[in-house]
Amino acid sequence: MIGIVAVLALPLLGAAVLAFVGERPYASRVNVAASLATFLAAAGLTLDVIAHGPQVALGRQFLVDPFNVFLVALTAFVAFTTSVFSRPYMLIEAEHGRLPVARLRLYHGMYQLFTFTMLLALLTNNVGVLWVAMEGATLTTVLLVSLYRTPASLEAAWKYFILCGVGIAQALFGTILLYFAAEKVLGAGGNALLWTELDAVRGDLEPTVLAIAFVFLLVGYGTKVGLVPLHNWLPDAHAEGPTPVSAVLSGLLLNVALYAVVRCKILVDGALPGAFARNLMMGFGLVSVVVAAFLLLRQRDIKRLFAYSSIEHMGIITFAFGLGGPVANFAGLLHMTVHSLTKSAIFFAAGHATQKTGTQIMQDIRGLVTISPVVGWGLTLGALAILGMPPFGVFASEFLILTTAMREQPWATPFLLTALGVAFAAIFSKVQPMVFGDTTATRLPVRPAMLPVFVHLALVLMLGLWIPPFLAQWYRSAAQLIG
Amino acid sequence: MTIGAQLINLFAAILLLLAFAMLSQRRVVSLIDLFAAQGLVLALSTAVVAYTTSQPHLYQSVALTLLLKVFLLPWLLYRMVRRLDVRWEFEGLVNIPTTMLIGIVLVVFAFNLALPISEIASTVTRSTLGIAIASVMLSFLMMIVRRKAIPQVIGFLAMENGLFFAATSATYGMPMVVELGIALDVLVGMLILGVFFFQIREQFDSLDLKNLEQLRDERMPRPGVSRKAQAVSPESKQP
Repeated sequence: MIGIVAVLALPLLGAAVLAFVGERPYASRVNVAASLATFLAAAGLTLDVIAHGPQVALGRQFLVDPFNVFLVALTAFVAFTTSVFSRPYMLIEAEHGRLPVARLRLYHGMYQLFTFTMLLALLTNNVGVLWVAMEGATLTTVLLVSLYRTPASLEAAWKYFILCGVGIAQALFGTILLYFAAEKVLGAGGNALLWTELDAVRGDLEPTVLAIAFVFLLVGYGTKVGLVPLHNWLPDAHAEGPTPVSAVLSGLLLNVALYAVVRCKILVDGALPGAFARNLMMGFGLVSVVVAAFLLLRQRDIKRLFAYSSIEHMGIITFAFGLGGPVANFAGLLHMTVHSLTKSAIFFAAGHATQKTGTQIMQDIRGLVTISPVVGWGLTLGALAILGMPPFGVFASEFLILTTAMREQPWATPFLLTALGVAFAAIFSKVQPMVFGDTTATRLPVRPAMLPVFVHLALVLMLGLWIPPFLAQWYRSAAQLIG
Repeated sequence: MTIGAQLINLFAAILLLLAFAMLSQRRVVSLIDLFAAQGLVLALSTAVVAYTTSQPHLYQSVALTLLLKVFLLPWLLYRMVRRLDVRWEFEGLVNIPTTMLIGIVLVVFAFNLALPISEIASTVTRSTLGIAIASVMLSFLMMIVRRKAIPQVIGFLAMENGLFFAATSATYGMPMVVELGIALDVLVGMLILGVFFFQIREQFDSLDLKNLEQLRDERMPRPGVSRKAQAVSPESKQP
């Protein structure tokens, strides 16, 4: 219980302290310290769950089970490494004159609040509070996307606010319908929205109402996941915001939104006899994979390229959860983990690359290996990992998803294989010249902070070769829970 | 039908009328008035539901609605309009008669969607669920057809009103913790938007959203986004 309180209180405290610290030179260190403290608290909570198993705390308002515990740890970890990356990155951005130093107060404060809303969304047991936290996550990141105040970033932030706002309003309607169905069984009051209570009676919930509710919930939270055709905000927000924000949006927020969808799917699966929710998720997932893969081909901006790649991978994961069954769900959970680690690593490397060359346009980025070998190799390895090259973890999860699809939904495999092939061609052909092409630029003296990149990639490599037994155990029990 | 139920139906009808009025209103200031009126009707109808069904917790949401949607948000919006000096809106994307016709189609669709749900509902307000969904959809339509930032935001807030009405019609309101959270989100969202409007205004000298339609996959980046943008030759641009 103390673990949950600490995980939620520390980022809030961090935000308050950072608002007070403002633009003083040590603010970015305080940001790293607050993120580290949150990560340690999350690690403590994780150890507690390993030792004592799942728990429901504080009047059943909070929940830690195998499905969310690894996401909490992952979120806190990536938020910490991103804060490490962002310290030199944002200082250089300020030096380059892209934003006044004074604005770092807003940046740091919002960064901590954003971490808080994501952790709250993961830990809450109340489906209504889950909605509130998801909306909070949008609100805290709008001003981060528009941090540079350029016309393009303002446009991206406006699109992000309006599209996700409308999407999340659909999810609210879905939540209202869910409460409406729950109230019939559980009676009025706060308990009728507690996920554990709903899960216990999910067989008795009114099927028609739940079917309508799920459509609204999927469309609503799906907007935040970036599922096609609701994905329009995603590439803009990723490309125009500061790189650390792109990394946490892609690596964490998309996961948390998908987590919300899957929590709702578990309830709907129990209430409806057929595979209604699963078919919907499979359809949305497959369309996202295929459309995003082909859109990858025409990208010119490095951050947009990897933003579309995130849509593609979110599509794969949604498809996996739609397939259902122990293997596909296991693979989906693994893919959530490795995608989050790999994609944030790629954004770190891409961020350094754009900072060194002064452009996000891929045609103008050449010869990264000459300019800075670490950045070049970091980007290459990251791209190979995200493309599903063995022995990285992405290969393991994609292989499991593909083989399950071949067995259970053979019609989907050609689409998946084509999309993966196209994505490979698109990303590899664009990354290769950026890294190895000829350049006139000389090697820069500044040493990039590449440690987070290689730590992430090492973890992805490890997950491809060996999954720690406790993690595998969580994946298995969560896969069983998801059904 | 009891007098309470009749009153609730009357308020629901007024809500629907207000939604159409918002759809056809071109002046920003009048739009804010209509939004405040919508909040007031919402509060009145919730109060009647609270009284007739003796649900004391609904009085809290009445107070919340009055405070937030009748006073605070319209006041913030008025302030913004005054400080940004945007009184008029000239044209929408679709002309008003066509918008109204699309609106009518949406209402029919909303009533059909509400039918299976309200059959199961046991609340006295179940017949108004269709109207609630209709006003959500009409606000959605308003967001689509408006070209200026403030009317779009009012559409967004009106949508939230419609959702709140749906919650009262179907279930006598959400649990208090959720309702407070939603109210907090709406308020914080409004404040962030306020900051945001000034940023847009500073950058473009107008709140017209046509300025915000530049981002494309193959766009030429604007100066300031990338310092090397000019170096790309037109031949190398991808189709």
